[in-house]
Amino acid sequence: MSSQSTASHAAIEEVTHLRERSFLQRMLTRQPFWVTVAVLVIVGAMTLYQPTAFASADNFFNITRNFAFIGIMALGMTAVILTGGIDLSVGSTMGLVGVVCGLVLQAGQHWAIAIAAALLAGAATGAVNGILIAYVGLPSFVVTLGMLSIARSLAIVLSQNKIIYQLGPWGDAFDAIGGGDIFGIANPVWLLIIMALVFGYVFNFTAWGRYLFAIGGNENAARLTGVPVKRIKLQAYIVSAMTAAIASVMIVGWQGSAINALGTGYELRVIASTVIGGASLIGGEGGAFGAVVGAALIELIRNSLLMAGVDSNWQGTFVGLFICLAVLLQRIRHRPSE
Amino acid sequence: MALLELNGIAKHFGAIEALKGVDLTLKTGEVVGLMGDNGAGKSTLVKIIAGNFPPTEGEIRMSGDVKHFHKPVDARAEGIEVVYQDLALCNNLTAAANVFLGREVKRGVGPFRVLDYGAMYARAAELFRELKSETRPRDLVKQMSGGQRQAVAIARTRLSDAKIVLMDEPTAAISVRQVAEVLDLIRRLKDRGIAVVLISHRMPDVFAVSDRVIVMRRGSKVADKAISQTSPEEVTGLITGAIRTA
Repeated sequence: MSSQSTASHAAIEEVTHLRERSFLQRMLTRQPFWVTVAVLVIVGAMTLYQPTAFASADNFFNITRNFAFIGIMALGMTAVILTGGIDLSVGSTMGLVGVVCGLVLQAGQHWAIAIAAALLAGAATGAVNGILIAYVGLPSFVVTLGMLSIARSLAIVLSQNKIIYQLGPWGDAFDAIGGGDIFGIANPVWLLIIMALVFGYVFNFTAWGRYLFAIGGNENAARLTGVPVKRIKLQAYIVSAMTAAIASVMIVGWQGSAINALGTGYELRVIASTVIGGASLIGGEGGAFGAVVGAALIELIRNSLLMAGVDSNWQGTFVGLFICLAVLLQRIRHRPSE
Repeated sequence: MALLELNGIAKHFGAIEALKGVDLTLKTGEVVGLMGDNGAGKSTLVKIIAGNFPPTEGEIRMSGDVKHFHKPVDARAEGIEVVYQDLALCNNLTAAANVFLGREVKRGVGPFRVLDYGAMYARAAELFRELKSETRPRDLVKQMSGGQRQAVAIARTRLSDAKIVLMDEPTAAISVRQVAEVLDLIRRLKDRGIAVVLISHRMPDVFAVSDRVIVMRRGSKVADKAISQTSPEEVTGLITGAIRTA
């Protein structure tokens, strides 16, 4: 009896010691840390392998701009995934918002009005998702799958299935926002950096961010302790859709035209980014830095394969492998605590 | 005057009579064991006190004043806290985050109001010390023992100025050593003048900490006795119906 109780006591102490970890030990258990290491290793290897083509300012500019759009959306997606939900409609929302933007500009409106209309359209899609999920109680997977179809269809209807490339008198100013650069870094990248800092702050230092984690951890507990679960969930879907709208504004500006097929299949790249960056699809785990570095890794893999002369059709296979690896890594990290 | 007074509480769910005219009083600093078989009405009674739903008949008085609870927040505002059977904890958050869930301490102004980690860690540490628990504020709940988890759920009730703590089966699914810890936690609450209603199936636990035991059977109160004037055998008989009333 007494030996048994000492044994259980020792077991508790072992766990206790696990928790009192140094900063380095804590870092080693964090997925974003390992993804960052992977990013650095690939950058290092490619720099040695293709010093002129890969390690050029142009290529750096391209890689960072390409993942900025996905990264911005991955930040919003993280808010939804933290609550244990999912938003499959971000790619279609992007398409719908792009068309709305294009039409407003085509009608000769100011670029600021186009952006306002874009954000409004994004918020509206997110609100529909959020109300159906949080207040009506439908599963997020199904609701956003429906919205994936609806938003894309609306984009095609609104654009009359044509490319909108005559962006009116304010078109050039609008293009400069998404297509320009400051100090040699593309504007979308600056926006991503700013938004990542804001989201990181919100996730870690505000009650709203804390509630996202709580809902994902135990929704019933959150409700019983007085967390406004429904309102927070609604807001998370609005935030996700609005990041899609922001990414859409930047991408339409960069491309100088709006097509209704914009963002097709992006939802999967966005979700993949958050998962690679350490977000758990069950909810309650994830972060802003992870989402960004996950997006960076996917784009880096694509770019590196291209530079290494691998047939571009292989890209999907490699990205898929990394998603599986990320989930495997999560499983391994969780083992000691269970 | 009684801290809590229930007069003729009845609850019907359609044709089902879950509670039939239950009277109950609770005094400051009193630990009352609430026992009964499954379906005897314990949970319904506790849910009425906690404000989950209103009674069909009867009145609730606190310190003599009639109260109407429409939702759990109303009961909480009157100083009634509940420790749920599943503890209502988020495994992915720290002990301190769970204690303050929904009642976070913030600093700053307007949109820049941020979580005051320092204040919450300090207050949580103070509460755990007060409960003589080894729980540390920064530890994640998923890494804790059953007893430590109970301490987190109980510490939550100490945040506000709780007068009554309702505990639903706090010792149901934990080890022997942890049961002793939880019973100690209940004694700590009593020492601070808090009335505790302990719902339990475990006779030894109820007899270890309670001042009084109330037995429910088929929606009615069949016994309300001081612990010193009853025995586990009598209570068992009352629960099963072998003894009618006492």
